[in-house]
Amino acid sequence: MTETRIKGGVRQRIPHESATKHVSGEALYTDDLPVIEGQVFAAIGMSEKPHARIVELDLCEVHESPGVVAVISAHDVPGYNAMGPVVRDDEIFASERVQYVGQSLFAVAADTVEHARVAARKARAVYEELEPVFTVDDAMERGSFVLPPHTMKRGDAPAAIANAPNCLKGRIRTGGQDHFYLEGQVAIAVPGEDGDMWVHSSTQHPSEVQEAVAEVLGKTAKDITVEVRRMGGAFGGKEVQATPIACVAALLADNCQRPVNLRLDRDDDMVLTGKRHAFRIDYEVGFDDDGLILGVQFDLAARCGISADLSGAIVDRAMFHSDNCYYLENVTINSYRCKTNTVSDTAFRGFGGPQGMLGIETVIEDIAASLGIDPLDVRSKNFYGTDEKNITPYGMEVTDNVLHDLIPALERSSDYRARRRAVEKFNYENDLFKKGLSLTPVKFGISFTVSHLNQAGALVSIYKDGTVHLNHGGTEMGQGLFTKIAQIVAEEFQIDVGEIKVTATATDKVPNTSATAASSGTDLNGKAAEAAAKTIKARLVDFAADHFGVPQDEVLFENNSVSVGPTGLPFKELVGLAYHARVPLSSTGFYATPQIYYDRETASGKPFYYFAYGAAVSEVIVDTLTGENKVLRVDVLHDAGKSINPAIDIGQVKGGFVQGMGWLTTEELVWDNGGRLLTHAPSTYKIPTAADVPADFNVELLDTGGNKQDVIYRSKAVGEPPLMLANSVFFAIRDAVAATCKTRVQLSMDTPATAERVLLSIEKLAKEVAL
Amino acid sequence: MRNRVRFLLGSELIVVTNPDPTVTVLQYLRTVARRTGTKEGCAEGDCGACTVVVGELTGDSVRYRAINSCIVFLATLDGKQLLTVEDLRCTDGSLHAVQQAMVETHGSQCGFCTPGFVMSLWALSANNGEATRSVIEEALAGNLCRCTGYDSIIEAATTVLARPRTEETHNPQAVHSALTDLTKDGPLEIDVDGRRFLAPRDLKELHGFQELYPNAVLVAGATDVGLWVTKQHHVLETVIYLGNIAELRVIESSNDALTIGACVPLTDAVPELVVHFPQLGPFFQRFASTQIRNSGTLGGNIANASPIGDSMPPLLVLNATLTVRRGSVTRDIPLDEFFLDYQKTALGEKEIIETIKVPIRRDVRLGVYKISKRKEQDISTVCGAFGVVVEGDEIVKARVAFGGMSATPARAPKCELALLGQPWTMDTVRKAADALEQDFTPISDMRGSAEYRRLVARNLVEKFYREINGQSVDVFAQVGSSDD
Repeated sequence: MTETRIKGGVRQRIPHESATKHVSGEALYTDDLPVIEGQVFAAIGMSEKPHARIVELDLCEVHESPGVVAVISAHDVPGYNAMGPVVRDDEIFASERVQYVGQSLFAVAADTVEHARVAARKARAVYEELEPVFTVDDAMERGSFVLPPHTMKRGDAPAAIANAPNCLKGRIRTGGQDHFYLEGQVAIAVPGEDGDMWVHSSTQHPSEVQEAVAEVLGKTAKDITVEVRRMGGAFGGKEVQATPIACVAALLADNCQRPVNLRLDRDDDMVLTGKRHAFRIDYEVGFDDDGLILGVQFDLAARCGISADLSGAIVDRAMFHSDNCYYLENVTINSYRCKTNTVSDTAFRGFGGPQGMLGIETVIEDIAASLGIDPLDVRSKNFYGTDEKNITPYGMEVTDNVLHDLIPALERSSDYRARRRAVEKFNYENDLFKKGLSLTPVKFGISFTVSHLNQAGALVSIYKDGTVHLNHGGTEMGQGLFTKIAQIVAEEFQIDVGEIKVTATATDKVPNTSATAASSGTDLNGKAAEAAAKTIKARLVDFAADHFGVPQDEVLFENNSVSVGPTGLPFKELVGLAYHARVPLSSTGFYATPQIYYDRETASGKPFYYFAYGAAVSEVIVDTLTGENKVLRVDVLHDAGKSINPAIDIGQVKGGFVQGMGWLTTEELVWDNGGRLLTHAPSTYKIPTAADVPADFNVELLDTGGNKQDVIYRSKAVGEPPLMLANSVFFAIRDAVAATCKTRVQLSMDTPATAERVLLSIEKLAKEVAL
Repeated sequence: MRNRVRFLLGSELIVVTNPDPTVTVLQYLRTVARRTGTKEGCAEGDCGACTVVVGELTGDSVRYRAINSCIVFLATLDGKQLLTVEDLRCTDGSLHAVQQAMVETHGSQCGFCTPGFVMSLWALSANNGEATRSVIEEALAGNLCRCTGYDSIIEAATTVLARPRTEETHNPQAVHSALTDLTKDGPLEIDVDGRRFLAPRDLKELHGFQELYPNAVLVAGATDVGLWVTKQHHVLETVIYLGNIAELRVIESSNDALTIGACVPLTDAVPELVVHFPQLGPFFQRFASTQIRNSGTLGGNIANASPIGDSMPPLLVLNATLTVRRGSVTRDIPLDEFFLDYQKTALGEKEIIETIKVPIRRDVRLGVYKISKRKEQDISTVCGAFGVVVEGDEIVKARVAFGGMSATPARAPKCELALLGQPWTMDTVRKAADALEQDFTPISDMRGSAEYRRLVARNLVEKFYREINGQSVDVFAQVGSSDD
């Protein structure tokens, strides 16, 4: 019996294209590439002060250190000594002033990694210290911003709050997060002829690396080629942060005309690369006796570090998600991008969305507590409608709302109501341990909110033997993008996915790409690859119809074959014939997301092509003597549209959930009074381990019939949205903490909910009640 | 003098003449052997991306254990077998069952941590690990993954452990005889321009080396010293490796005492302690990770004298005594007199810990609690250990010790006093908790504030009381609510 379906087409649960190479250690990451003759190794010398004028930078001992080949600092940069995705305000090497502890001052290349790292510690810098600003509170007080404040509003929130039967005020501070990609930042720069530079960079954004390297070297884009086959994790941490690493490697390579490998030690990586923005969120809400929100105002203040980086768009996205799933008739969202003497905060899975959602979810929880009703009922009361109450604060109509199917389905499958009663009973009967339960929803906007970034290119070539070379502008960081795009092309040509090779992302194959970010990788590059494949396929159809003398609609591609009228032939044979008939077998493809636009002046428009939805129910148990806690059960129902590869999508959901859980529970960034990061290694910065994952972890994809928009194969983006499903863990912990207190009080708890924060919250509650 | 390190890499005999004395196994693998499947994620033994398996002769067999290659010195492999992810494929080129299971369950995403997980799972499988959640979690505690959320990896582990074990590519008998051949020569003595790595095989050889190099750094598991090299870039002049000294690896058990050699790896020391003191079981599960426990030793944990070393609070409560040795002279030091100040001990020049003796008392009611940000593979914010003997209603003996509360692991004399001679009641416990205020003035750091440390230390006294009175107090052992 022959298979009637190709192997590895869309909707099939095939393994990651590199799975076999991952498990055998054969997958090559940047630092695994063969060492090139003459290659040297680099390290970065870092600032010891949070804010200071550089009086003198003495690098003599660095030069004299064993094995040193080259040392460069600000005045050795032949081109422009700064980079930045929007504003060029991040110096490659601090020139006159250092602005955070860990800022790059100089770089050194030596014969071994060890020699380079030892040499990098030998600089002597004389500083004249300036007053630093470390916290959001300080920055707000002094008006220290990286970008001007921005407001989004609809209706009259102050009046609605003033006239509401009930009102509340509250504050939540959300912690930052280190990406903790297992592969640290790394780049290898190789000088070529004409002063060209070839850069292997572990980056989500090869085109930005290309442009920045060109700028720092004083060259042009055509002189620089950037390539990346795969990253060992990224999560937004290699969208901008990979760029300076590549720039430094290229500057050193240019300086000593030898290949240079710059791989950051983990501690250095955590000190000198940006993280998720910490937020201070203040709210004021007015609501009726059923919990319906009548008016709400948010003040979002984000710690941005020393430069603009992507903070403009990140805080914008926090504003876009301050509604989450809820219709807010009267709403004002003020936002502040605080400049602090800390490393510049950057993109991280969710890109401001998680912080925005925590704001509104805190509002919901506080309303529920004050009215004494289940938070789920407050949520349901405020959900966006289908035909009415469906306009976001930024004027976009929500046309694809699935909450009214999704939430009841999850409520049933998780036995939410019965378990709520069981948890209440448990809490009544136990004093040492308290349980908490929470259902939180997610609505996440898909598209870069900077509209022009929503474009992608691909290059598809069929060789004479019928095998296919596939290249596109997206990068593989573990999310399975290469697998999905190969499935899309396999489906188009109707050939087994094994006939297709996806090759390293490279700026000389597909130019002017956007970062693989905003969950958009498959949406954008999938359509571009499909377009390229369709172009070639159309030529093959033309040729076959002509060659065999049949109408075009009788040329059908199916299961590695092409039927041509009454006969058929293998795909490979048709390709061979087409080659001999001089049919071009290679094509580019291009895609630009339709319909989207946004006017930031008025804070209105349609910034998103569509929304992805999901919801989770988490149950936790808290030790009231220590604050330690455990997630007991998680149920997730997530909308991935019609999934291109359900195995990969479920992997994204589970992985995103656990990463979000880490952000909200154990991952705590601690700085000392001098602005030094104390948690700069896994010994002190604790991401979840296997034991933190609930044994009862049920993840299902919602069957909606597919994306309403014409997204590739009606799928939905799935990279970022699941991270925010972990909000349910935080609110379940909060629920358990509240259960330690028999009377109703408004609970104020910041993130991450470490054991310490949980125990101190319990103590604070006990004291408040005693008063 | 033997200056060649000899070990099996897979099944191939490798001889390295005079390697750098502190080059790590990982550095060797990636830069010399060019086996790049083994990754560097942190270079401090905390992420597991560099996990490899070391085979060591034990009696008639070869014992396989996962370790962190990033902080272990190459020369410690002398006479052992090193297995990396590249050694696992079957002879026909197909994937090993562990690897195959990881592919089937979609256990890799970015793939960078994957070789480390594969090696941890291989070691678990080679040691006939049970296919239970807790065994798997413990085996994987030292492996971080940032992509998958672990569920698929746990599924792979469950799958592969439940299947009959597949035959390994390397022949166990051949490995055994090859390793036996390697151990017949004299001690390893490496000297590279005055930087040395010396590996005595008995106490006599150790003493000889110590006389020659009185300032030598003594290394057992290198789980701390390794970081001096990889993180602080210290140049160590002379390193003496204690791992081959037979006398330091003894375990003796009598009716009234358990004696553990200083260089017994924690993996072997812990079960011995747990046999006699079952209450320590769940606590020791949270002690570092499998890889670290396979390298790190009980003596090293004590000699390092860190205020947050986890073995010391329970050993202080159990009234452990150290036998220390210099040459042929030995003396006993009660553990509670051993720690003088921050990382300062009562060890004299050229003195080493030989054994740790733990009296076995069956009438002591014991409780040990570790508080850390994360359950697994974390350093204690506070670690509290309690032991009481209650006769009738009266507390006739009480020992309390804490880690993380002062510059050294320390007993809490005021708290003990508040318990002693008092009735075993909640009221007594509250007073004992109050007394802790006089025992300790903890600091604030990245693991916790002084306020939290004080509060949680107090609460641990109550936790102990509840546990002794029969209540289940381990939050990590609790289960979810059902709807019935």
